[in-house]
Amino acid sequence: MDLIWLVLALPLLGSLINGLLGRHLPKRLIGWVACGSVGLAFLISLRILFDLLALSPNQRVPPQTLFDWISVSGLSTQISLLVDPLSTLMILVVTGVGFLIHVYSVGYMSHDSDYSRYFSWLNLFTFSMLVLVLADNFLLLFVGWELVGLCSYLLIGFWFTRPSAAAAAKKAFIVNRIGDFGFLIGLFLLFATFGTLDYLKIFEAAAVPHALPELTATVITLLLFAGAVGKSAQIPLYVWLPDAMEGPTPVSALIHAATMVTAGVYMVARSHDLYMLAPFSMNIVAAVGAVTALMAASIALVNNDIKRVLAYSTVSQLGYMFLAAGVGAFSAGMFHLTSHAFMKALLFLAAGSVMHALGGEETDMRKMGGLRKVIPWTWGVFLIGALAMSGIFPLVGFFSKDLILEEAFSNDYVALWLIGLFTALLTAFYMLRAYFLTFHGKPRYDEKAVHPHESPAVMLWPLRGLAALTIIGGILWISWMGFTPLNEFLSPVFAGVAEGGREHTAALSEGALIAISLLVALAGIGIAWLVYIRGFQPGEALRKTFRPFYTLLEGKYYVDELYYSVIVQPGRLLSQFLATVFDLRLLDGLVNGVGALIDRAGGALRRVESGYIRNYAAWVLLGTLGILIYWLMR
Amino acid sequence: MSDYLILSGVLFAIGALGVLVRRNALIVFMSIELMLNAVNLAFVSFARQLNDMTGQVIVFFVLVVAAAEVVVGLAIIVNIFRTKETVDIDDIDLLRG
Repeated sequence: MDLIWLVLALPLLGSLINGLLGRHLPKRLIGWVACGSVGLAFLISLRILFDLLALSPNQRVPPQTLFDWISVSGLSTQISLLVDPLSTLMILVVTGVGFLIHVYSVGYMSHDSDYSRYFSWLNLFTFSMLVLVLADNFLLLFVGWELVGLCSYLLIGFWFTRPSAAAAAKKAFIVNRIGDFGFLIGLFLLFATFGTLDYLKIFEAAAVPHALPELTATVITLLLFAGAVGKSAQIPLYVWLPDAMEGPTPVSALIHAATMVTAGVYMVARSHDLYMLAPFSMNIVAAVGAVTALMAASIALVNNDIKRVLAYSTVSQLGYMFLAAGVGAFSAGMFHLTSHAFMKALLFLAAGSVMHALGGEETDMRKMGGLRKVIPWTWGVFLIGALAMSGIFPLVGFFSKDLILEEAFSNDYVALWLIGLFTALLTAFYMLRAYFLTFHGKPRYDEKAVHPHESPAVMLWPLRGLAALTIIGGILWISWMGFTPLNEFLSPVFAGVAEGGREHTAALSEGALIAISLLVALAGIGIAWLVYIRGFQPGEALRKTFRPFYTLLEGKYYVDELYYSVIVQPGRLLSQFLATVFDLRLLDGLVNGVGALIDRAGGALRRVESGYIRNYAAWVLLGTLGILIYWLMR
Repeated sequence: MSDYLILSGVLFAIGALGVLVRRNALIVFMSIELMLNAVNLAFVSFARQLNDMTGQVIVFFVLVVAAAEVVVGLAIIVNIFRTKETVDIDDIDLLRG
């Protein structure tokens, strides 16, 4: 447990070594430093897990203070780390999945000239996320929060010579800033209310009945949620995530699986003591989650870019997590976060492997197809990922998604449950659509120019590892004689959450719910199979009916265009006005005017200084006479 | 008494006029000395009139300061003459704004 600081220090050290000395190091060593630091951090996290398991379940581990950071009257903030089941789960996911992505990157980025810069930032990203999850107060969390935003900017714009990558990086950063603004105001309000930003102190104070008015709790939690909406890409701030595909594929995997987007879910789960006091906020969280899940999944239906399909899938799955958190099933949300980290890292890395096989840059699924025989390993792991995402037993996605739907249903959110169920259908369809388009059918790439080849072992092993995790991850939530491993592990953290929902599940039994969601998933897969393998062509009438929907979806609901015309364009006009009229005319005019005035006055006064001594003497004499006369007259 | 004071005033006026109208630095310098001595005369006559030695003591101070000032002033004038080949104060107008 005392080793916890190493979990933070190792990735930071790796980042510094590669960032400062990387130019002079051989590529092999850079890879070792980057992977080694994260790998070691993972091993230490495992050690911490076992230490934690050795303690009795309800034993809270006090935060470890590393050093004082800010200490002024009324505000004292330490750099201190909180190791409890929730943060331990997060550091395991971050370092574990992060480590596999690092290893994969060694192969994927091997031809890039900026090898050391890439790994330096990748390590920094991991470090930032670890700061975020290990912080024991909101201020340090916010530091990690912003660091993560910075790293996403750096890595999305890694190939900054491409204008589209630079624009995507800027978009990610700016959209995140909008959410962070709300988050920051939320922090101010927290501090004003409680006089501290420490988790434990705040939650303790909030737990006292009637200590916190519901209105205050609602405002605080909604503001904090605004930050989560930005970071975890929910409506209305999800637009940055699909564009973030401009970064290297392993970066997408890292952003989507281990770091960054999970921050919002983690933050909501961490502050569940506050959210439980604000039922309205909880409903907002759940509704935003459900609507985002549906909307993003529907966009993914028609997108032809393999990475963007996965990106919208991430947005959709994050919606599930917020849905879970919103209905009070925080551990279910954290479980889906974990399982999604496995699945999505697997899918992204497999997609990267497909791109690698086709020469590196091709992401258009219309130019793939028939790759099953050519790259069998990539095919296998992608299929596992796609099936897991669709929620097929016994893969991990089945357990986590079903759990969320079940919690939504048993907590009487039937409408949200229906949305979630429909989204599950869409999910199964678009995942299998991506799979069929990529691996089945006739090859649609240029067979003369492109010779697909399987990826090197250094890329395949992480894929196999993630595939294994995806297959066996379900054991985390298999009830085994009334004992659910992850639930038991997390229960001390979520002790305050009422566990009453399950009792009044009258309408449908647990088994029926599972059967329904499995059937839905299979239906989705079946439709995808019909359309993309059997070549089923919908009739003319059906096509006419759905044409407007299709156009709408293909345009991604025209949200980007809407934001452009409603926010970006007026903002630009205002800036234009401020720059040319306000700044140039008024402000510059004022400043230049003062300067000109002083210049003129100086020019006039200059004449007095003639340089003739007699003039000066005459002035002295006149002055003296003046004083004398004044005296005499008095 | 008033005769002395009138003499002192006349001497001071001559000195001041000399400073204002003459162009030769040496003459200007002498005029300043004249003004100083006019003031000295006023001091001495007041001291005698009022039976107070303070006036005479101050005259000594003025003499000492004047002596030092003459040394410095003459040195400056000599240096100016060496560099500019003139002691006409109207030609020495580097401070003109």
